[in-house]
Amino acid sequence: MSFFKKAFMLAGAIAIAASAAVTPSLAEEGTGQQLFPLFSYRTGPYAPSGIPQWAGYRDYFNYINEKGGVNGVKIFVQECETAYTLERAFECYERYKNGYAGAPVAALFTTSSGFDAAISDKARIDQLPIVSVAGGRGDAVDGSVFPYQFPLLFDYWTEASIVVEHIANQVGGYDKLKGLKIATLYHDSGYGRETIQPMGILAKKYGFEDIQIPVPHPGEQQQAQWQQIKRAGVDWVFFRAWGVMSPVGLKTAARVGFPADRIIGDIWTGSEEDARPAGAAAKNYLAVSVYPSGTDFKISQELKKNIIDAGKGDLKDPTKFGSVYYNAGLVQAIIFTEVLRTGQAKFGNHPLTKEEGHWAVEHLDITAERIEELGATGLLSPLKVTPQDHEGQPAAKIVQWDGTKWNAVTGWLKGDRPLFKDAIFAKAAAYAKEKNLPPREPVAN
Amino acid sequence: MSVSNNVLAEAAAISSKSNLRILAVIAGLLVLFVAVPLGASDYWLSSIIIPTLVMGLAGISLNLLMGYAGLVSLGSAAFMSIGAFSAYNLILRAPFLPLPVVLLVSGLVAAAAGVVFGLPALRIKGFYLGASTLGAQFFFEWVFSNFTWFSNDSQSLTISAPRLAFLGWDLQSPAGRYLLAISVTTALIGLAFLIVKSRLGREWMAIRDMDTAASVIGIRIARRKLQAYAISSFFLGVTGVLWGFAYLGTSDAHTFNLDKSFQVLFIVLIGGTATIFGNFLGAAFIVLTPILLDRIVLAANLSFLGDQGALTNLQRVIFGVIIILILIKEPDGLAALIRRATTAIGKWKRGAT
Repeated sequence: MSFFKKAFMLAGAIAIAASAAVTPSLAEEGTGQQLFPLFSYRTGPYAPSGIPQWAGYRDYFNYINEKGGVNGVKIFVQECETAYTLERAFECYERYKNGYAGAPVAALFTTSSGFDAAISDKARIDQLPIVSVAGGRGDAVDGSVFPYQFPLLFDYWTEASIVVEHIANQVGGYDKLKGLKIATLYHDSGYGRETIQPMGILAKKYGFEDIQIPVPHPGEQQQAQWQQIKRAGVDWVFFRAWGVMSPVGLKTAARVGFPADRIIGDIWTGSEEDARPAGAAAKNYLAVSVYPSGTDFKISQELKKNIIDAGKGDLKDPTKFGSVYYNAGLVQAIIFTEVLRTGQAKFGNHPLTKEEGHWAVEHLDITAERIEELGATGLLSPLKVTPQDHEGQPAAKIVQWDGTKWNAVTGWLKGDRPLFKDAIFAKAAAYAKEKNLPPREPVAN
Repeated sequence: MSVSNNVLAEAAAISSKSNLRILAVIAGLLVLFVAVPLGASDYWLSSIIIPTLVMGLAGISLNLLMGYAGLVSLGSAAFMSIGAFSAYNLILRAPFLPLPVVLLVSGLVAAAAGVVFGLPALRIKGFYLGASTLGAQFFFEWVFSNFTWFSNDSQSLTISAPRLAFLGWDLQSPAGRYLLAISVTTALIGLAFLIVKSRLGREWMAIRDMDTAASVIGIRIARRKLQAYAISSFFLGVTGVLWGFAYLGTSDAHTFNLDKSFQVLFIVLIGGTATIFGNFLGAAFIVLTPILLDRIVLAANLSFLGDQGALTNLQRVIFGVIIILILIKEPDGLAALIRRATTAIGKWKRGAT
């Protein structure tokens, strides 16, 4: 037997023995705690936007656990790497859907729209609430068709109307929108196409000209598109990019001479990673923001004192503290702990099961006073979920890049959500019809 | 040696070899169709067994083309996507069709596409042929993400599994989806064996080994090559339906991207070319090793080595090293390794008696 083969077999035997030996000792490690499966992507193409987010989650949970947990219940974080692929995410889902090591799962927070759409049917069978903050499928706001999905806080339809609201404010009112040309330059994908329909509805209502221009993935060539924008005499650009498409777009805009302060980015086009690589071209660029960046919030200061400066943070690159993606993770972690508190107020101070978790998400009510208590004023907008409305009250700020950091230029804008209600609920109804779903039984209380 | 062993040995000698084989097949089928769905947990069915089965089937599909007919393809995933999208549209627009017919027609649609993209094989070979099949990969990803008709105008461009049912049986549960996957897999394995042992399979191997010689002895090369593409694509199309609906429950054009094509290719290389069961070894390796590594890291609590990101990257490094080791030490694939191991054990046993 050659050396290689011996070494290989030895390694295999050790691996099997190790996994067999160590697994039982872990079995009840999580008893009395609340499981939080963290579906991460620290590898793969989207790792740069993932890594600060997981740090935001972990640092906040770390902080809460050090203070004794949520009413005495500690959060048991289990990270599962998905590399942003569906296959790995499914494996993670099956691994944690019934709890792990004695800790029950109350709700699953996801951060991938693809997975969110894919898990719809399984979550319905498993009756596990799926929470996707500021993402996920737009039609899932209809709780009667999607009882287990919660696209909390924000959706792309509201984003479209917030962008139009901001433009109206700039030009002096909605009645001045008539005759303006607003172009949407979008990443040609499911995510990018989400705003075509709402922009059409808005254009019809306010009389501006709606121009839709797709950019094929990954978007490292946009000369033709920006020239088209320039030629058409477009007044404002709603820029819905992702990844490398954002800095390339900003640079190209500068080259053709389109002013950066007339470009409003999508929430995933408005992070430090989007603006900084564009250099001077990004100065005065605007973006919609659900996760305002910054470290001045009270809770950020607490984290800095207790976690970051104490060397217990998850970030390798400390300059990412307070970045858009870090704060995204932080906001989502805060929402999760509030879900636990809501459930515990009804069911008692113990780890919640998925049934209790489902009730808790459906009755989540984070008021402005509560946000102040949490030290998150300015970071998180008030949120109230009902069994019918699975989104809460979407709101976002417009932020501006000053060359080094983002600054908020508005308060929380709400957009014109009622305008879309019929269209969104019609989509949900069409889905229910395609899937032949029975109507949900009315929720008591 | 004990008495019972002697009796067994005698019994084995008396009963003919083929009888034993049939018994083994029946026992195997009983295990696959009865014991596994009853005994395995949801986790095992949904995350381990179904993906391994389906990827193994994808390996067989490509192996027919690569291992037996000696043609290359880098576009396996494209034909899988054709199958998945065809099945979705068939069930949506012709709901009266029973599931087996849907599977068959989806496979045939993929086969037709396979013939078209196989045409260059009549003129070019090797590396250049690989490039032309790469064309299929990009073409179909573009088609399915730009023509929303295929996804029933769904805004997110994803298609989700329609209700899977056969003869009134609901196949939505993990066990149901497993039964669907295993029935199709056994049927296709049988078909693959028939093809490989038939005149068609033998002529493919002749072409693979030396096409000039093959044409001299009267094999119609052009027709055989196109048949290879058609049959391989048929298999891939059916596999795509299983991947989309029996495993993921949803898919979009990017589910079947170039990565998936390469995965199928690696399954063939690691499992072994020109084998049928080797593909399942390859698939098990590709699907399960990352999960196993992740589990070991989780269980062994290696957090002292670095943070989560570093550990994840470490896993990928180890996975890569294992692949390289296997390919160096066993270029003929895991199937050859097992074959050698069984002959070695047989020899050792004979030596012991």
